[in-house]
Amino acid sequence: MSRLLSVENLSKQFTLGSGLWGKERRLDALTEINLEVEAGETLAIVGESGCGKTTLGRCIIAAQPVTEGRVVYHPKAGQSVELTALSKREIKPWRQDIRMIFQDPMSSLNPNMRVFDIVAEPLRIHKICKRRELEERVISTLEKVGIPAEAVGRFPHAFSGGQRQRIGIARALVLDPKLVIADEAVSALDVSIQAQVLNLLEDLKAEFGLTYIFISHDLGVVNYIADRVVVMYLGHVVENAPTEMLFERPRHPYTELLLEALPIADPTRRKPRKSEVRGEIPYLGNRPTGCPFHTRCRYAQEICRSDKPALRSINGTAQQAACHFAETLDLKGAYEDAGHSAREMAHAQ
Amino acid sequence: MAVETMQLEVARTAARPVRESQFGLMWRRFKRHKLAVVSLWIVGAFYLVAILAEFLAPLDPSAYSARYTYAPPQGLHFFAQEEDGSWHVGPYVYGYKTEIDPVALRRTFVIDEEVRLPVRFFAPSEPYLLAGFIPLSVKLVGVENPRDPLYIMGADRLGRDLLSRLIHGTRISLSIGLAGVTLSLFFGIVIGGFAGYYGGWFDSAVMRVVEFIRSMPTIPLWLGLAAALPRDWSALQTYFAITLILSLIGWTELARVVRGRFLSLRTEDFVTAARLDGASDWRIVTRHMVPSFTSHIIAAATLAVPGMILAETALSFLGLGLQAPIVSWGTLLQDAQNIRTLASAPWLLAPGLCVVVVILSMNFFGDGLRDAADPHGR
Repeated sequence: MSRLLSVENLSKQFTLGSGLWGKERRLDALTEINLEVEAGETLAIVGESGCGKTTLGRCIIAAQPVTEGRVVYHPKAGQSVELTALSKREIKPWRQDIRMIFQDPMSSLNPNMRVFDIVAEPLRIHKICKRRELEERVISTLEKVGIPAEAVGRFPHAFSGGQRQRIGIARALVLDPKLVIADEAVSALDVSIQAQVLNLLEDLKAEFGLTYIFISHDLGVVNYIADRVVVMYLGHVVENAPTEMLFERPRHPYTELLLEALPIADPTRRKPRKSEVRGEIPYLGNRPTGCPFHTRCRYAQEICRSDKPALRSINGTAQQAACHFAETLDLKGAYEDAGHSAREMAHAQ
Repeated sequence: MAVETMQLEVARTAARPVRESQFGLMWRRFKRHKLAVVSLWIVGAFYLVAILAEFLAPLDPSAYSARYTYAPPQGLHFFAQEEDGSWHVGPYVYGYKTEIDPVALRRTFVIDEEVRLPVRFFAPSEPYLLAGFIPLSVKLVGVENPRDPLYIMGADRLGRDLLSRLIHGTRISLSIGLAGVTLSLFFGIVIGGFAGYYGGWFDSAVMRVVEFIRSMPTIPLWLGLAAALPRDWSALQTYFAITLILSLIGWTELARVVRGRFLSLRTEDFVTAARLDGASDWRIVTRHMVPSFTSHIIAAATLAVPGMILAETALSFLGLGLQAPIVSWGTLLQDAQNIRTLASAPWLLAPGLCVVVVILSMNFFGDGLRDAADPHGR
């Protein structure tokens, strides 16, 4: 596998209320994020609301400028394009390669455009093909995602949520992209529709040789679709590991907490609630010193309050975590309960 | 392959029939609002009058006659019983006779029901150009004998036909409303659009300017600006200058509406999607944003027209808007300024009635449009 995209030391600050006289207040949404995306994998970014996962996705796709750091795209082996350094005009050709699927299928499709035009729009913008060819390409893409050809003249409001999300997927795929960023692509859908759309994404990935960055807060979904998981907390990457390893044995207390919250759809196997989650997510504009998680961590020590742990490989494996005690803590994974793995559950869904 | 082309065929025919478009839906909701529909007809009728002014007006609006000053309305009659009991059918007006008021010893005109002056529809007249380019030589009504008086709605101080003047005034007053709103719309969309789309300091600056303009009392501001116009400007120049002055304030409201829509649309996912497609700002604005609020703009603009008409009427009434040779509702009402004239010639208030009817209908029409344009409405 070759590297498709790398995020290097990415930081993003938002400026709040810079009044004429008031002092500018800043909010650190992302702090020194390092990530690598391999061609062909599905990388999931998880975390609770406000942890910066959507911001990260938007920075990668250059929908927002970054404050520091770089996003580098490698279209071919040995070639690299620094997306963060490009002007609006220069980045346009690369927009064909990196596409986005939005969370809310209700607001991501222009209500005044017919489905055909919505999906044809990227082709028209990039002047890829015209008339007959354009028509064929749009309709074949729509059919691949399961929208019948006779529906292309309708407006988005004539479709259900799942169908609209399919149209959004068609819009992303019509340009034949390499990397697709799916920002909570299924969280607005019913569970049964979620499964359909996830399967569709899997099929399309195989068919087009896609790479996904899958942003989600739903660990069940992530377990099902992802090859690798990045766990974010307060704008930091706290753990980055292959899905199996992460669910088997998390190396960061926050990951353990998330896995503990994973629901088990079987009352007889319900886990006794061992610990309540302590505290609230701290306000981003007023972040704790040291380890960002120490205010809520049940294993926190003195060092956690003063020193910020770096993201490092654990025992030389592919699993990386940012915790002072990553090697020593015995954290519970999702497969603890006898015989019934979360992975199976997700598949059963 | 054959199947594929067939599907494409199906797709193409499916795309063609007009499914309920944005405007189709809007029209359907609008029709439910009965008052608005009636108002639409009234407003439409007034604009028709404005367009066909030369044809509908029986006389030249500036033709005066010293013999018929303050002649009362003749009305238009169709049926009359002859002496012998038979019925006369056909349009006619009564003639005038002079009477001396025994108390004030003043000469007054009264309708002489003894004299019937026959009237013709589509009467021949001096050749003229309808709306400035269609040559015609026929009027809707005219007296059989061109020497007979025809003052269906009465005459003013100089013996000019009020009906003709009212009809020509309708053209000026209604068109100044439209022209003013068009101009304001242009400024409003451009300035408000820039402010809303780019935001930041430009947005703040524009909004402060808008608030400043809106905080000023309008009448003195208009008066000041209108008084600054050179007196020797031609009627047409004054007309455009007044339009410009009115829209100088009118754009602020529309700019706010447009800015608000842009601000709320800017963060919509479908706009972000278009941006991530690589669309240019121009394409995003014209293809993705504007179509989703044209209906709102139309409604807002319709609601702005009556304000313009009122403003013009007020200015002209005060003598600072349009000047004498131009006939507008405002200049017509100038004649109704003193109470003595009003007491002896109340028909001079007719332009005021027109203003009330048109303003009310336009407001109802605009309200109906606004409700129809709002998909979240009842």
